Amino acid sequence: MNPLIQGLATIVLGVGGCVAYFYASNLLLDRVLYPAKGPNIAANIRRANTVRPWLFIFPALLVLAVYLAYPVVGSAWRSLFNRSGDEFIALGNYVALFESPDFRRSFLNNALWAIFVPVMSVTAGLIAAQLSDTLKWGNIAKSLIFMPMAISFVGASLIWKFVYAVDSDIGLINAMVAGLFGAGPVDVIQIPFWNNFFLMFILVWIQTGFAMVILSAALRGIPEETIEAAILDGANPFQIFFRIKMPQIFSTIVVVWTTITVASLKIFDIVYAMTGGNFGTEILPSYMMSFMFRDDGRATSVALVIMIIVLPVMISNIRQAQQELR
Amino acid sequence: MDNIAGKTPALSWAKNIAMAAMVLIWVIPTLGLLVSSFRDRDQISATGWWQAMLPVELTARARTVTEAVADGPLFRVEGDIFDDEEARSYFSGMPGDISAFGTRGAEPTAYPPGTTADLGDGETLTVNADGSYIWITPEEPGSRGQRVYFAAESPPKLTLDNYRTVLSGDNMGRAFINTLTVAIPATIIPILIAAFAAYALAWMEFPIRGLLIAGIVGLLVVPIQLALVPVLNLHNDIGVGQSFVGIWLAHTGFGMPLAVYLLRNYMAGLPRDIIECARVDGATDFQIFIKIILPLSLPALASFAIFQFLWTWNDLLVAKVFLPSADEAKVMTVKIADDLLGSRGGDWGILAAAAFVSIAVPLAVFFSLQRFLVRGLLAGSVK
Repeated sequence: MNPLIQGLATIVLGVGGCVAYFYASNLLLDRVLYPAKGPNIAANIRRANTVRPWLFIFPALLVLAVYLAYPVVGSAWRSLFNRSGDEFIALGNYVALFESPDFRRSFLNNALWAIFVPVMSVTAGLIAAQLSDTLKWGNIAKSLIFMPMAISFVGASLIWKFVYAVDSDIGLINAMVAGLFGAGPVDVIQIPFWNNFFLMFILVWIQTGFAMVILSAALRGIPEETIEAAILDGANPFQIFFRIKMPQIFSTIVVVWTTITVASLKIFDIVYAMTGGNFGTEILPSYMMSFMFRDDGRATSVALVIMIIVLPVMISNIRQAQQELR
Repeated sequence: MDNIAGKTPALSWAKNIAMAAMVLIWVIPTLGLLVSSFRDRDQISATGWWQAMLPVELTARARTVTEAVADGPLFRVEGDIFDDEEARSYFSGMPGDISAFGTRGAEPTAYPPGTTADLGDGETLTVNADGSYIWITPEEPGSRGQRVYFAAESPPKLTLDNYRTVLSGDNMGRAFINTLTVAIPATIIPILIAAFAAYALAWMEFPIRGLLIAGIVGLLVVPIQLALVPVLNLHNDIGVGQSFVGIWLAHTGFGMPLAVYLLRNYMAGLPRDIIECARVDGATDFQIFIKIILPLSLPALASFAIFQFLWTWNDLLVAKVFLPSADEAKVMTVKIADDLLGSRGGDWGILAAAAFVSIAVPLAVFFSLQRFLVRGLLAGSVK
């Protein structure tokens, strides 16, 4: 029970500390430093209002700086050093990476993930959204397809380990292969190259619900007049979908697409739990973990490669945010 | 739109069937895990979980008794195979009729019931469908009886044994508490910090505000892999090391950009009039935040809280790096991925039960708070 009490204590301390910080700092500002009374009342209020935003935002900025901004620089710097961090080897780690066949395979596998997972999730999500919107039991169907979102990647991997099991008395796939074709058991996790797709399907299974929920909201937001007009002009359902609906939700599709792409670039848990990176399924994050705790130089250089891959998404995000603010 | 959008009966059927097929594909794997977690070990390896409601034919082994009756020059041993303790242990409840028997492990079902098996050297064995047997041997049986293998149907049986094993042994109960200890503070603290920052970014005027917002949006996609080495080194330097405090701080940091971003978007959408009226009435920003913004933002706070809880609960990578690798500090995902999949890789019942223990809480949160979850997703992604 000790950890439970420890946890409770931290909740109280952490949350209490946060509340105390915000409360006390504002009190200090209003009562002691720049009280809203006396001869300088106008100047004091103005000064207090200049300082206050920084009081509000300081803890968040501190945490962001330490946990996300500093690591970008820290990792870049650390990756220029050797295993134990005492010798500067410039780009030595990167040269070693690109010479390593394991790295090249991880990189290619990662590219496969980043291309196929969004394609499959968005397509399945779009189909699910389109189908469920017109069905009476659509909402039940939606929450069942959405459910895997709540399950951990490790849990999901275990769920699919059962489906993929070699034993046809445990694995549904092998039971069907045996039942339909009478073929012997296959271990889909060990089929070179194609095993990547069996692992990817686990992430597709998780992400489709996310794509479906957002795309279905976008589909509902389409003005009905455009669809009615198309029907009056004699468009068939497929034309309505591809020519009228798709273009109108295009920007939402792009948002969903990028979100899933970023998620699939960072996926680690599924590969770790299913194959441990064996049988040619290694990806960059699991490749990085093989250096974690023993070769910080190599580990950070792999992390930086991942960062460089997501950089375009980052830049486009920032641009979009700046446009919206204007 | 129901009455106009090209609704022919054929199409509507196709839609229903397609949707049903998709839902089945999405649900069946989880259902399989749930059913497997309630089956016992022998039944799991004998038939698929989709046959869990049917009797299972199990192959068992037993020994005959040794009390022999002299029968001319021969010795005759009679008994009931289900009197044997080992044979009983295979069957829960009433075993069905014996469908085959054998005397060698390599061919456990060589003979149909009721036939007499010739064991050579004048030895014979007859096993009947009801379990009674007659063993005839020219030599006096010693202290050990004859080995008998047989197959019989065992009725379907659902049990909580897997859950009992998982929760009592294997430190899984401890891992459950550890997971809670990680997830709850790592959910509450970032939300509190993010809410203040989001308010400042949404409603307070100060220089470089736009720059900060853009910066936070940029940090949204920083891969956490980048943070692992430098932050762990930093934790070691300041004396936090690998500990619960360390993982709370790490989760707080990694969840912060999305929290600030979502909450700021939500708060910026609140009506300007309310806030300006309060300002005119002389309320400070602190009071406006506590008394007006916070209550109005509850839906957004709730939806982010659910997300943060789900992914701190479900996280594997951050826990592997920021928590000590000792058994007493492991969270459930690490426990399952590192321990159970390795040592219990073939023990499907235990694996299924462990997985279900770990996904039970997120699923409960999901099904009870689904509406907030969807609302939060939509607030963040659809413009």
